[in-house]
Amino acid sequence: MSEAPLAQALAGKSSPGTRIGSLALLTVLFALWAFVSLPEGGWLLVLAALAFWTSALRLTVLLSALEPQSKAARRGLSVAIPVLFGLTFLFLWEFVVRGLDVPSVLLPPPSAIAATFAASTGLLWADFVQTFLKAVLAGYAIGCGAGFLTALLVDRSPFLKRGLLPIGNLVSALPIVGVAPIMVMWFGFDWPSKAAVVIIMTFFPMLVNTVAGLNASSAMERDLMRTYAASHGQTLTKLRLPAAMPFIFNALKINATLALIGAIVAEFFGTPIVGMGFRISAEIGRMNTAMVWAEITVAALVGSLSYGLIALIERRATFWHPSIRRG
Amino acid sequence: MKRRAAGRTLPVLTVCAAILVLWYLAAIGMNWATETDKLVRAGDYSVTDAIAATWSARRPVLPAPHQIVAELWKTTVDVKPTSPRSLLFHAWVTLSSTLLGFVFGSILGILIAVGILFSRTLDKALMPWVVISQTIPILAIAPMIIVVLNSIGVQGLLPKAFISTYLSFFPVTVGMVKGLRAPDRMLTDLMHTYSASPLQTLMKLRFPASLPFLFTGMKVGVAAALVGAIVGELPTGAVAGLGARLLAGSYYGQTIQIWSALVMASLMAAVLVWLVGLCEKAALKRQGARP
Repeated sequence: MSEAPLAQALAGKSSPGTRIGSLALLTVLFALWAFVSLPEGGWLLVLAALAFWTSALRLTVLLSALEPQSKAARRGLSVAIPVLFGLTFLFLWEFVVRGLDVPSVLLPPPSAIAATFAASTGLLWADFVQTFLKAVLAGYAIGCGAGFLTALLVDRSPFLKRGLLPIGNLVSALPIVGVAPIMVMWFGFDWPSKAAVVIIMTFFPMLVNTVAGLNASSAMERDLMRTYAASHGQTLTKLRLPAAMPFIFNALKINATLALIGAIVAEFFGTPIVGMGFRISAEIGRMNTAMVWAEITVAALVGSLSYGLIALIERRATFWHPSIRRG
Repeated sequence: MKRRAAGRTLPVLTVCAAILVLWYLAAIGMNWATETDKLVRAGDYSVTDAIAATWSARRPVLPAPHQIVAELWKTTVDVKPTSPRSLLFHAWVTLSSTLLGFVFGSILGILIAVGILFSRTLDKALMPWVVISQTIPILAIAPMIIVVLNSIGVQGLLPKAFISTYLSFFPVTVGMVKGLRAPDRMLTDLMHTYSASPLQTLMKLRFPASLPFLFTGMKVGVAAALVGAIVGELPTGAVAGLGARLLAGSYYGQTIQIWSALVMASLMAAVLVWLVGLCEKAALKRQGARP
């Protein structure tokens, strides 16, 4: 009686487990074999790509059908599936580009991009320092800080709040990147002009979100603070700012991406001879696409890592929020 | 008076007026050095002369609002819309690729969202990438797409529309997936008791329920599509479009031209978002939503 569910679970578990295991092994071995031993170019490589793709897809489908009991396994699976999907995509890209002899100007294979990346880490680092560590960080800090402080000021006056909010919402939808040429004209070619673009781009999302967040606490909670005879400052720090945290972090996350975009696009309008945007537009002029892709890889890494960092801080800072508490 | 202060019109107008006043003051401050220099060389000058000069400089550091309006008027009304000197011509070039990209992007976004809804594999494998891709500065890829497509002979409208598509489909997908999953258990169970097929559940329950989310995503998407079209016009070397006007203006130091292109782009963004909002209101009204 007590053995039956166990045996069932074992049978249910082990059978797809071994199937997935053997399929994964086969796929990896096949990919390695095709990668090493098939000749450059030709339809054989494309056929290999197709075979690889079908088996990898089958693997993904099998994996996504799994419903493991333990929390850790489920979390691992939720990372493993997209990673597998991404790797499949990269392999497919590699095989198809090499198989069909796509000129590397058009689309270099990932291996060439990786090689360029490894060969020019010094250059990429210098660009990263110029664009991210100087322009983006300075602009992001000043823009978000100014937006936050302005929101605190605006919050004192309902009249200003009603006047500024619609305008702030409107400005958030405008193509603000367009101020880049003006800022380059005002602040010169070096990073301060890029930081200025970033400040303008990050200011309004922060302003609008913080003002909305400061209104997030309910009337009941505010009444409670009144019965405690709390001052404006106390209500702000003990109730309304904590309640506004999810909104503020939302703005911080939106701004992380916006800031990087602003700095890179601003560099299209003129820079000293260093910076991610400069490198992209210069190397594309020389048709050196592998370098452009390497630079885009850096941008993607920086963008998702800074987003992830802010999300991590958010989990720590707003541990009380239902959306985080549950997990 | 009191009632209007409680509304939004008066506060918004006040803030706008304050911005205008500040702008004129800033124009005096920023143009003062260059303009008084010129006046000194020409001879003696009074303060009123200098202020008037800062508001009517030919290449000001910061043009006064009326100069931008005059430039807008000159380049839209006084010039034929087909001439490359007309701002309407450039605005149309940008608008056409924005709209094309936005329509493609919305359709693609909706299709991907439906795919994610129906396929567990796509949901688990693709959805994380859609979310991660939101955190990546995709715009950096724009010049490469333009130049690479140009080198294989594709140029003009399509490459720009491609970038706009790329930028606008993410917000639509994310909003749409959220919207398609918005109906709760009770409603899907009801469809189940009607023995509705998955397609019927999609068309009669999930799709109508997703409309508010779809329109929110589309508002973000249309603004992103416009930015994509403008940035897509930069690397081809200032041929046509609002992005080209920005670039040409920055090459030749034509500040008034840059500002007028910027105002035009902003107007276009505001109108596009407003139009999507109008569609939203009309659609939700047909569903019986009360304003």
